[in-house]
Amino acid sequence: MPKLKLAIYWSASCGGCDVAILDINEKILNVAELADIVLWPVALDFKYHHVEAMDDGSIDVCLFNGSVRNSEQEKIAKLLRKKSKVMVAFGSCACFGGIPALANFINRDLAFERAYLEAPTNVNSDRNLPQTLTQVKEGELELPEFWDTVLALDQVVPVEYYMPGCPPPVDLILKVVDALATNSLPAPGSVIASEKTLCEECPRTKEEKKITRIYRPHEIIPEPEKCLLEQGLICMGPATRGGCGARCILANMPCRGCFGPPAGVYDQGAKMLSALASIYDVKDETEIARMVEEIVDPAGTFYRFGMSTSMLKRKRM
Amino acid sequence: MSDLNFEPKIVGFLCNWCSYRGADMAGTARKKYAPNVRVVRVMCSGRVDPTFVLKAFQQGADGVLILGCHPGDCHYSEGNYKTARRVPLLKKMLEQLGIEEERVRLDWVSAAEGGRFASIVNEMTAKVRELGPFRVDERG
Repeated sequence: MPKLKLAIYWSASCGGCDVAILDINEKILNVAELADIVLWPVALDFKYHHVEAMDDGSIDVCLFNGSVRNSEQEKIAKLLRKKSKVMVAFGSCACFGGIPALANFINRDLAFERAYLEAPTNVNSDRNLPQTLTQVKEGELELPEFWDTVLALDQVVPVEYYMPGCPPPVDLILKVVDALATNSLPAPGSVIASEKTLCEECPRTKEEKKITRIYRPHEIIPEPEKCLLEQGLICMGPATRGGCGARCILANMPCRGCFGPPAGVYDQGAKMLSALASIYDVKDETEIARMVEEIVDPAGTFYRFGMSTSMLKRKRM
Repeated sequence: MSDLNFEPKIVGFLCNWCSYRGADMAGTARKKYAPNVRVVRVMCSGRVDPTFVLKAFQQGADGVLILGCHPGDCHYSEGNYKTARRVPLLKKMLEQLGIEEERVRLDWVSAAEGGRFASIVNEMTAKVRELGPFRVDERG
């Protein structure tokens, strides 16, 4: 079999997904045996024009991590789509918007104001903000255009597979590497994870869920065996796809929802809100008001990784 | 925003046992009320998944009205209490998403309260008319 051509790209992301690929340790040598890497900005010195010079469809697989929030990222996503047979949304940002998509609660102006004017680490007495086009005496300088709304990869180009996770766990990466090696990829459109919720694979003991107080993680030391929701912690398990191996749960931390909604769920936040309000066992109006107060940031908590692909997508401003 | 030609589109989720019959009662009693609510009959107000509310907005509704049995009267004993907890939390979340909380209203209407149904519909329609159309587009 001729060697596969593999591209790995990052757009609006933290780099954790690239590190996760290296976390497969010595198996990375299998990847090198299996595939020639043609683009990997974080690790190798290939340029965009190398990719542009390739024939359309000549890259076998592109692992694309990060969400899309500016014109350069859009351009490269479209370029890689054209050159790749299989496009994989790699990691929660590419799948659902991820942490960068929390910027969908604000817009470009507010993001710039915070990043370039307010942030205490800035020295910017001239109050300069990035401009798409800037005239200097040598000519015109161009920066990518920064968008108001952060998008998931499939909101920009068609995507074959989704690998959720912040970052995707090593065993799922290896599963894909094996599937590539044996040419046994699942049906296009598949999410490479479980079809069920995290609760299905969670090892903790679950009894009847009734709580009367929400605790934030720093307020209690949870018991290691008992369901975290039953202990009053907001655990996103009921509204989150399984397949992660309950990594956070095993570290005694509640699920934050990075695997996105399970199969058949349109809106992760709405489902989590519904589940949480259902188990909060109070009837009196003042107690209900207390519950609402205890859940300090419902939108940010329930859509921590999923604003871009949520039903309302962003804040109306 | 006070466009005089604006007719609010309101999606109403009415429980089968109390509120839907309350709406029937309003009809039987020949009560006049605003024609702006499109009624969806559900078996219980507890069936109203918050996803339905988001979907209504996504599809262009200007407001969502949820009506159920009075507390203690739920045909399934607990359903309306679940809704009573979900809706205030949902309103808090919608505010964070830039949607005025008055665009969602939860109230209780029994099978006998035709007049109450009519006045809730009128109040809600007036409120949403005052707020103006919901902006479906996703500009920042």
